[in-house]
Amino acid sequence: MSRYTSATPADRVEMLAAIGAGSAAELFEQIPEPLRLNRPLALPAGMSEAEVFERLAALAARNADAEQQVCFLGAGMYDHYVPAIVDAIVERSEFLTPYTPYQPEISQGGLQAMFEFQTAISELTALPVSTAGLYEGPSSVASAGYLAIGATGGRRRFVVSRGVHPHSRETLATYSTGFGAEIAEVGLTDGVTDGAALAGAVDGETAAVFLQSPNFLGAIEDVEALGAEAKRHGALLVVAVDPMTLGVLRPPGECGADVALGEGQPLGNRLDFGGPSFGFFCGSEALIRKLPGRIAGETDDVDGRRGFVLALQTREQHIRREKATHNICTAQALNALAATIHLSWLGREGFRELGELLVRRTAYARERLEAVDGVELLHRAPVAREFALRLDAPVGAVLERCAEHGIAAGYPLGRDYPEHEDGLLVALTERRSREQIDALAGALGAAIEAELGELVPDMGSNSPGKVA
Amino acid sequence: MPLAETPMQRERAETIFEKSKPGRRAAVLPDAGVPEPPLSELIPARLLRDEPPRLPEVAEPEIVRHYNRLSRRNFDLDTGFYPLGSCTMKHNPRLNERVAALPGHARLHPAQDPKRAQGALELMWLLQESLAEICGLPHVSLQPSAGSHGELAGLLLTRAFHADRGEARAKVLAPDTSHGTNPASVTMAGYEIVKVATDERGGVEMDDLRAKVDDQVACLMLTNPNTLGLFDENIAEIAALIHETGGTLYYDGANLNAVMGHSRPGDMGFDIVHVNLHKSFSQPHGGGGPGAGPIAVSERIEPFLPRPQVVRREGGDGSGPSFELDPERPRSIGRLRGFQGNFGVFVRSYAYILSLGADGLAEASETAVLNANYLMARLAQGRAGKHLPVAFDRHCMHEFVLSGKPMKRELGVATLDLAKRLLDFGFHPPTVYFPLLVEEALMVEPTETETKESLDAFAAAIEQILAEAEDNPSLAKQAPYTTPVRRLDEVKATRHPVVRQPL
Repeated sequence: MSRYTSATPADRVEMLAAIGAGSAAELFEQIPEPLRLNRPLALPAGMSEAEVFERLAALAARNADAEQQVCFLGAGMYDHYVPAIVDAIVERSEFLTPYTPYQPEISQGGLQAMFEFQTAISELTALPVSTAGLYEGPSSVASAGYLAIGATGGRRRFVVSRGVHPHSRETLATYSTGFGAEIAEVGLTDGVTDGAALAGAVDGETAAVFLQSPNFLGAIEDVEALGAEAKRHGALLVVAVDPMTLGVLRPPGECGADVALGEGQPLGNRLDFGGPSFGFFCGSEALIRKLPGRIAGETDDVDGRRGFVLALQTREQHIRREKATHNICTAQALNALAATIHLSWLGREGFRELGELLVRRTAYARERLEAVDGVELLHRAPVAREFALRLDAPVGAVLERCAEHGIAAGYPLGRDYPEHEDGLLVALTERRSREQIDALAGALGAAIEAELGELVPDMGSNSPGKVA
Repeated sequence: MPLAETPMQRERAETIFEKSKPGRRAAVLPDAGVPEPPLSELIPARLLRDEPPRLPEVAEPEIVRHYNRLSRRNFDLDTGFYPLGSCTMKHNPRLNERVAALPGHARLHPAQDPKRAQGALELMWLLQESLAEICGLPHVSLQPSAGSHGELAGLLLTRAFHADRGEARAKVLAPDTSHGTNPASVTMAGYEIVKVATDERGGVEMDDLRAKVDDQVACLMLTNPNTLGLFDENIAEIAALIHETGGTLYYDGANLNAVMGHSRPGDMGFDIVHVNLHKSFSQPHGGGGPGAGPIAVSERIEPFLPRPQVVRREGGDGSGPSFELDPERPRSIGRLRGFQGNFGVFVRSYAYILSLGADGLAEASETAVLNANYLMARLAQGRAGKHLPVAFDRHCMHEFVLSGKPMKRELGVATLDLAKRLLDFGFHPPTVYFPLLVEEALMVEPTETETKESLDAFAAAIEQILAEAEDNPSLAKQAPYTTPVRRLDEVKATRHPVVRQPL
């Protein structure tokens, strides 16, 4: 018997009698006989709770997580400390187990939490309207493309910086086959988007210009200067941002962005091997009726009490169907709640201090690693929490050696940028201490030395690497 | 209704921002431990922010109290019956939360070298295999983040499938009973939606379908059992019709909870299926997510599946198999999102599948169907039977649809009023005003995890509300009375949107 059902044999007899059916199987007779499975699924038999736990724990034990390794991996998701109150609150049944607040009178908790989320994200981005959130970062970028087509009267051309996360660029390309849109990519110079190339790429058919700051190589873009070209041609300026940098970096809303969005994981969400997290999505006042997904709004009840509802639902698929601004239904409400609690916990001062801490630890780490033999900076543009290096030894082999010393040294840029096969992206969070940074420098230096010793035996007389 | 204001109603809703006071704080951060020059020495001043965002300034005890109090203004599945049709509000096993929180899952970085994430990749592969068996289709991508995302994936796969054969088709068919996400996804994928009518037994109107199927139809999207909770008996003929003209058949898996272990979409002839892991596979709904919407596909669709795909490689020299992310899929539609998908949801759903096993899954569906038919039978009696007739009078699958049309005509009480009155009785109402084809619709899905007693109590509440309404319809029309707030002005929220706290 399935342990989550409770119909006893006696219940079943009574229920079937009330239905007027001889057996439960009779209820399935509306399925034509040839389409009935008539055999058990080829899956194992059910297991006890203890056995399931052991099975899952054994799988988990085969992963090198950020408790086993010192994690300098970033590339959009970061090993931040999630305060204990986030877990305590999001695990409450009242937040964990309801669904979309279609009945607002009994969903005020969730709706007000959305309203608070929107307020917090609107503050971070300095744009007036935040939605209640989308699935995650890269698909939010693609969703901005759909918005831009509608908002520019059907223009179908996107100009995208090569500094935008490769997953975002690829997702936008995937969606664009459906939108019937074409994409022009603008390259990077010295780590940042090439302004002249961007100016050359934007034209009167451009629906949107996509930038990311800090970009994938960690460099802070001059969004305002780059975005001016989008404005001149009436294209939307869409800016992807790392929310954890917005305590110190100039927000997209002050740089002319029409849409600001991004991956929300750094805010109160665990790594979870990539999800679930959430995407945040903000727009200018002019776009309020074109935005994708849920938006909570304030209103009154019949007695004049303040309350919250899903606002502007006429944008949404359950009302507008094929004319909806997006197809999204279930999004990431619980993940957005986690972000709201985390941001309240950090508060105005803590959020700024965290931003400063990231910038200073990153500056220290960049300087420290640049001093390592066989390492140079891939670019010298200003950075906030992540930076790119160039290694003299094969990146994969160096990473392997660092991993053997318990350090996940960073993200190999060659995965996405063939022109940076020798590139390594290193990310910092408040969890990465000076001692860990120093250990990374030591491990990286030793690994490069060992690799060079292997590659060129003559030069590596005192290298510990094995000589062929 | 002569009820005194409840304590919760007396309390004015105040946001965390309104509780802010300069100088209060919760977070204490680690010391930097590195030199601390002014930021402007590290980053040009024009790229820096002048003032930090005005986040609330509150201490930890106030944050905890604020959100705990907020939580009490929510109704939730753990507290009461939640028969929200098409949403499969079944019990969320806490074991699944525990295993998802293991550090090896929760603190695993998505860019970890696959060699050091073998447990995670194997879990994904095992879930893929399990879903393939349940759906009766050979290949699975776990990437889509929700049902709607799976639909978009399916339509982009359809587009790629036709493009690969040198065809560009323009139209996608879906019944008039379909979920709103279906037509919205069709538009996003660049197709034109064409609605197909419903026959008097609640299935696809075959003559209408025949009239609309031609070589411009890229795909037919169906839910089976459909949103009326009825299994479409003509499905084999429908599949043949679509396949003859070269289209794909898409299965909206929102209602998969009716047929697990009993019938498989692949065997019905579907090419692409999305599975809502937050419905049939017990991922908590979270107040509107997270979910996940993996897709299962037939052989002919497989080459186009999103990148990356988890693959299993047999080990040589007596070593075990290994698992990899295979990015080399030349005909793939590409990525639909970042990294590998909502892995935390995969962990919970795989734990659920392990817990139930083959027999447990079949029993879950059987009990879901039994519960739905029992509740439908209970509601066919007494006042409900008179005022709220079932829209299609036959055995249902896991859900059924009632029409409040007689209730509205005879008592002046609309479906919305009944729903609001149910709130005072401590029940979440069914889905209302959907599907669109049934006037004053109520769509009821009890799920398998409810007891007979809770179904009886729900039926009794409906009976009592209708008895009240016969005497005094205004009771329902002004409901609810006991909820934290009463009926809200949704028009105002749309005409004059206030979507953030003014500061």
